[in-house]
Amino acid sequence: MTDMTVTNARSGGLSKIALRWILYILLGIFALYYLMPLFVMLTTSLKSLDEIRTGSLVALPRDVTFDAWRTAWSGACTGIQCEGLQPYFWNSVLIAVPAVMISTLLGAMNGYVVAQWRFKGANIIFSLMLFGCFIPFQVVLLPMATTLGKLGLAGTIPGLIFVHVVYGLGFTTLFFRNYYVTIPQELVKAAKVDGAGFFRIFWSIFLPLSLPIIVVTVIWQFTQIWNDFLFGVSFSQAGTQPITVALNNIVNSTTGVKEYNVDMAAAIIAALPTLLVYVVAGKYFIRGLTAGSVKG
Amino acid sequence: MSEWLERHVPKVVLAPSFVAILFFVYGFIAWTAWVSLTRSRLMPKYDIEGFIQYERLFAAPRWDTAMNNLFIFGTLFIVISMILGLLLAILLDQKIRTEGVIRTIYLYPMALSMIVTGTAWKWILNPGLGIEAMVRGWGYEDFKFDWLVNSDLAIYTVVIAGVWQSSGFVMALFLAGLRSVDGEIIKAAQVDGIPTWRIYSAIIIPSMAPIFLSAFIVLSHLAIKSFDLVIALTGGGPGYATDLPATYMYAMAFSRGDIGQAASSAMIMMAVVFAIVVPYLYSELRAAKND
Repeated sequence: MTDMTVTNARSGGLSKIALRWILYILLGIFALYYLMPLFVMLTTSLKSLDEIRTGSLVALPRDVTFDAWRTAWSGACTGIQCEGLQPYFWNSVLIAVPAVMISTLLGAMNGYVVAQWRFKGANIIFSLMLFGCFIPFQVVLLPMATTLGKLGLAGTIPGLIFVHVVYGLGFTTLFFRNYYVTIPQELVKAAKVDGAGFFRIFWSIFLPLSLPIIVVTVIWQFTQIWNDFLFGVSFSQAGTQPITVALNNIVNSTTGVKEYNVDMAAAIIAALPTLLVYVVAGKYFIRGLTAGSVKG
Repeated sequence: MSEWLERHVPKVVLAPSFVAILFFVYGFIAWTAWVSLTRSRLMPKYDIEGFIQYERLFAAPRWDTAMNNLFIFGTLFIVISMILGLLLAILLDQKIRTEGVIRTIYLYPMALSMIVTGTAWKWILNPGLGIEAMVRGWGYEDFKFDWLVNSDLAIYTVVIAGVWQSSGFVMALFLAGLRSVDGEIIKAAQVDGIPTWRIYSAIIIPSMAPIFLSAFIVLSHLAIKSFDLVIALTGGGPGYATDLPATYMYAMAFSRGDIGQAASSAMIMMAVVFAIVVPYLYSELRAAKND
């Protein structure tokens, strides 16, 4: 009797351990699946072209060389120019930094108004802004091209900043609104009784509470703007292209020998800033991703 | 004066953004809708001529291909991402010690630009040097994996890369959903000796219906807007075999100089998005009001 229970418990334990193993192996296989492209990009970028042609896709580099990285950064051709990704990397920085700052600031103010200073029609305004988040941007490309031309901003970096601010507003407002709406309205009422005004309340009560949502919004906007291709390719010209457009031009340029190692190094360079943000602040990145889609 | 300002300051603060959205979103949509009803070619014209652009659009074989591709890509992309995402979420929900690391690995593609993803997969799927060459190198000389350059199969490479990019995100959504299911019910079921798979299929998964809906909305939205991935991976080719509505619209607007076609295809895209998103948003907003 006692014997039986012992064996039963043991075999139950064994199959449990076997299940655990299968579970971990499955998880490991999927991890390999997600890591494989990054691994291939990295190893390919460190190989010479000869080694790429003769070796296997997944083989480690025999002779590690950083030539491809150097070329990708400062020598690869995007069409007729051969300055590498460097100038375009800085273009993307010049576009993303102001656009992120402006759209976050405006989103914070808007969210504060919509959540805490409700006036007649505020909800309709918010709904209209929210719907605006979901339009396919193709529907505004043509009129925006015309408008930028009329404003003298066609093909310029300020033009791209402007576009990213305008079409980022809906999301930034949504983020801050959903955050501020959880703060009890009595707080504003009490502060008003004490004689504090609109800006004062924002500045000394709401802003100090806002760090988490500011981080979420900044990360979201930065990732969106850095990774944008559609606006970049539609509204830039030779000298003002963001890095995604330049990367695509390098990869698809048809002149000369196809340098796969340079393509891969360039792709990693283009991906590094957002990857870095993800690794450092992954928690906030995920919060931004799920903010619009999961309630609460 | 200052009292008036004090009272209206919230409206004044919101006004510039509201005007901007009104003009640059709704005004621009109206502009595109208007132009889609004209004979615009290289330059916009404003005399309304009816639905000729839409007639041209539906008669164009290239648009037909684009819509077919959207259907194939959209369906597979959404279904596979959902299944894979749910599977990964359930696997990760078994009190895995290294969950944080694994989650980070599954989700990082979402931080990449579609151009980067496309570039990577273009290289991996390159028949001459990628997976095909690798497997042949192992001795399987007849191995063939040339989907990228095969007009009938190239659209499936877009699915492969798209799923790789987005399935981790779906996993994160589902994982959050799994965690929000009431633990007491699960414990009670376990006490009753109900097997784990039954607990998932009969209790947990049905209670996550709203998450399935969210994931569906996000994925379908991503699918319809897919542009950069196709540009980087296949360039819409071979020929226009992997064109999607978004690449069609771009080609008409910026390389073919056919503004009428660009406008009408953009309007169709918007109609598809709105058919999916509007009922969802509407119910969300109503639910928010009732809270």
